[in-house]
Amino acid sequence: MLRIPCPFCGERDHHEFTYGGDASVTRPAYDDRSLDAWYRYVFVRTNPNGRHQEFWQHVGGCRAWIVVERDTRTHEIFGARLAEARHGDARHE
Amino acid sequence: MSNAGARIPGAGRIDRNTRLAFTFDGRVLEGLAGDTLASALLANGVRLVGRSFKLHRPRGIYSAGVEEPNALVALRTGARAEPNVQATMAELWDGLAAESQNRWPSLAFDVMAVNGALARFMPAGFYYKTFMGPTRGSWMFYEPWIRRAAGLGRAARAPDPDRYERESAWCDVLVVGAGPAGLAAAIAAARSGVRVILAEQHATAGGQLLSERADSPAEQWRRACIDELESSANVRIMTRTTAFGAYDGNVFGALERVWDHVAAPPAGQPRQRAWTIHPGRVVLATGATERPLLFVNNDRPGVMLAEAARRYVNHFGVRPGNRVVVCTNNDSAYAAALDLDDAGAEVTVVDTRPAPGNDLLEAMRAAGIEVRRGARVVAARGRGQVSSVHVAATAGADDLDCDLLCVSGGWSPNVHLASHLGARPVYRADIGAFVPGTLPAAQSAAGALAGAFDADSAATEGWRAGLSAASADVGAPPPDGPTTAASPGYVQPEDGPSPRRRARGKIFVDIQNDVTADDVELAWREGYRSVEHLKRYTTLGMGTDQGRTSNINGLTLMAALRGDDIPNTGVTTFRPPFTPVSFGALAGGHVGPHFRAERRTPMHDWHAANGVEFMRAGAWLRPWYYRTHGEDADTAGIHEMRQVRGNVGMVDVSTLGKIDVQGPDAAEFLNRVYVNAWLKLPVGKARYGVMLRDDGIALDDGTTSRIGEHQYFMTTTTGEAAVVMSWLEFLLETAWTDLRVQVTSVTDQWAGVAVAGPNSRRVLVDALPGADLDDETLPPMGVRDAECDDGLPVRVLRVSFSGERAYEVYTPAGYGRDLWERIMDAGRPHGIEPYGVEALGALRIEKGHPIASELDGRTTLDDLGLGRMARTSKPFVGDVLRQRPALTAAGRRAFVGLKPVDASARLRAGSLLFSEGDAVDGHGIGHVTSAAYSPTLGTHIALAFLEGGREREGEIVRAVSPIHGEDVRVHVVAPVFLDPEGERIHA
Repeated sequence: MLRIPCPFCGERDHHEFTYGGDASVTRPAYDDRSLDAWYRYVFVRTNPNGRHQEFWQHVGGCRAWIVVERDTRTHEIFGARLAEARHGDARHE
Repeated sequence: MSNAGARIPGAGRIDRNTRLAFTFDGRVLEGLAGDTLASALLANGVRLVGRSFKLHRPRGIYSAGVEEPNALVALRTGARAEPNVQATMAELWDGLAAESQNRWPSLAFDVMAVNGALARFMPAGFYYKTFMGPTRGSWMFYEPWIRRAAGLGRAARAPDPDRYERESAWCDVLVVGAGPAGLAAAIAAARSGVRVILAEQHATAGGQLLSERADSPAEQWRRACIDELESSANVRIMTRTTAFGAYDGNVFGALERVWDHVAAPPAGQPRQRAWTIHPGRVVLATGATERPLLFVNNDRPGVMLAEAARRYVNHFGVRPGNRVVVCTNNDSAYAAALDLDDAGAEVTVVDTRPAPGNDLLEAMRAAGIEVRRGARVVAARGRGQVSSVHVAATAGADDLDCDLLCVSGGWSPNVHLASHLGARPVYRADIGAFVPGTLPAAQSAAGALAGAFDADSAATEGWRAGLSAASADVGAPPPDGPTTAASPGYVQPEDGPSPRRRARGKIFVDIQNDVTADDVELAWREGYRSVEHLKRYTTLGMGTDQGRTSNINGLTLMAALRGDDIPNTGVTTFRPPFTPVSFGALAGGHVGPHFRAERRTPMHDWHAANGVEFMRAGAWLRPWYYRTHGEDADTAGIHEMRQVRGNVGMVDVSTLGKIDVQGPDAAEFLNRVYVNAWLKLPVGKARYGVMLRDDGIALDDGTTSRIGEHQYFMTTTTGEAAVVMSWLEFLLETAWTDLRVQVTSVTDQWAGVAVAGPNSRRVLVDALPGADLDDETLPPMGVRDAECDDGLPVRVLRVSFSGERAYEVYTPAGYGRDLWERIMDAGRPHGIEPYGVEALGALRIEKGHPIASELDGRTTLDDLGLGRMARTSKPFVGDVLRQRPALTAAGRRAFVGLKPVDASARLRAGSLLFSEGDAVDGHGIGHVTSAAYSPTLGTHIALAFLEGGREREGEIVRAVSPIHGEDVRVHVVAPVFLDPEGERIHA
């Protein structure tokens, strides 16, 4: 039973979220036509023993997509931030 | 059965004033309030309580707790019948009826005891080497016999009549176990003012202190602790509550047996309650379990753990035997010897150590109890129960008469909870036991669990642990301990279980599963030398007692065989639950109508009042068919189909996913997620779209309308609505953050009705006065928002799922019922009828529209025959990977239609396709995804995926359903059976 600190809603039980996959991979640009880039993005993953960046969506709350840092061995969670923040720019000025 | 059991006058904590009648195997017996079934049986001199799992050997009561391997009974009858209940944990109530298990026709005369004679043909793992021939299919011949012979008890078949609950609790300090360490920890934490929960699996708190005499200082200490805790407002004592698992996030699962100790719960009360406890910190004080010694026939009725015998004497006031031999390799059993002697038994102590402590010997001399030093029990003798033991010493061997043989081979801390999160237990050679490994910061271990076996040390440790958990000053001096003066404390045993027998017969390591020392050696010989292999090959430790009295002895034997030390041999993995947890408790209140949430459309009540049969689509309830149209789905469905094709019908489509897409970049967004082109869709028009996943597989389809310059109304399938919504949000929030788009789920905000059939427009003109529905203003794929004359707002979308002239009319959900009834009223003169998803599905099969059955997560755009939809001049999600070799390979299964050669034959979704003349083996050359009866064609039709797809049009293949025993020849045709040019939408 993990506690995930949603940036908007505060610490919540992980049942309020759905898991969204590896956040350490960068999605190719929407118009990138390289088969290799898409193959890597969709199919190739490292399997780290230790801290891992991953997406969760707070579907039982604010529905924000967040990036959570979790230790894959101990499930200790070190923090979460909005996914949008990783691009550094706000969507709405 | 001998008359060895007896109540000891004046002893114990049971209530001698309250007598309870109970039956065991039909025999009426009497017990007292406070008895367990086991203590009451012993008080009545009942020694034979079960037959062992494999060999059907006679077995008696072995322990006084959850480690009991033998005394498994069936309690209650009928729907509440429960097998494999440990008699040592079953609290007695008036009228309790218990039956022994695993014997026929009776306990005393069990036919299957013949297994004992066949034992040499049934060593560990024998079934891997037998029942293998003469053919590969032979196993299924033997399997029913083995299944009938295996197992212990029988489960009830009727639905459980009892209620169960699930609850959560939060506290600052959770203490697990109310023995001396647990009580002291709880007191320490409670005095610090924090919120405390104390969980104890037995009905009475005290742990090992319950084995002390009821007139001892230890008992006074126990009572004082309980009184203080009960009067502390910040303490919750949960007895009959087993903490069964430790989970990530420092969360604990616990099972409270609220009303298991009576025949049936009082009205309205739950029988059991499953708790999820969220503590700040935890003190584990789960104690230790006594280990047996190993010798021949160590499983006979009359062999019992020494501390259990002491518990029966001092807590239950029962003397389990009159002539007792206590065999031990450590100090703790001496207290049992003294208390049995005080209770009137004749006691002899057999100690494997040549020089036990002088104070022990002095105490025995003072009590007149003979001690054989440096001697060991080699074999128990007696048919059906113990009557003597064969003892060997350096001086020689002889036999001692006895009717009770108490064994003590040391103590094994109950490290289960401490190990659930992966901390492997650590072996301490000084005490000959495994103790918890490195615990997480929020957890600590105290008392016998941590190797402090005597009550005083346990209490001191518990006190410190409790203070620490409460973040209080750990230096505060502990109050006086329980002063168990009769038990001078445990000293390390000098040797482990006896490795070599000197008599013929079986030495049992796992008593419940009939695993012998020979079996352990067999496993070693055959190469199964790791403890994990030993466990699974011999089933040692896999019974309902989970090896509590066998694991350590088993791995010690294996270590000796391997010539290895115990730490290197290690223990198997501990997993929750500590003791069995019923499914009922885990389900709690989520049963019956509460098993799953229900989503209802705004028109639900109308359907219910008008003869609908509902069906589930995920959480939604959708009309399946209307009973007024036919007696079952088939006939009603055909009736409703005819209505739609020949006249007009209406169906509730409110469950479709609906997403509002707004913003200056909305068109660009749609253009990226859909395979087709969206930039030039005019306001007031709708378009069918398909979305792919990043890996090139089709995700979902739907119709998206342009409502305004920067606003679109997207629909998805009912089943994928949530997935698509999250997917769109994912793209916007994690990848395309520069797009100025907002997406909002509006599925529940709009009610929807599809009106379909040649007369659909006529009906809607009457139903929606003021809305312009002319064909010029609303051509196919047109959409317009309108307000009826009386103000009802509607969004009308001219789209057809059925292939007829059709409209989807949406209105804000609050008006849904109103809209439905208006259309009904306006349509009545035209003969309108409602239809459900049975007809809805069959109609779209006639037209070859794919739904979830075809968009099943394995099919591509090309497989579906929709390859030409893709606008490859613009980038869209999935475009690159859909072109990978695996997805474009020749011979992939592609979308086709099927018609039976014999028009009366039925086709079934799920059938496999085979060529004519092929054997029905493997996966075939295709599969049928959807099937229906077409009244228009007068035959069944189906949609399928077939290797080679459309290239095989005109061929005949076979649709085979092994489940139904059907093998139907079918024509391969185009996957559209009706009006391929789509002219009927203009009718």
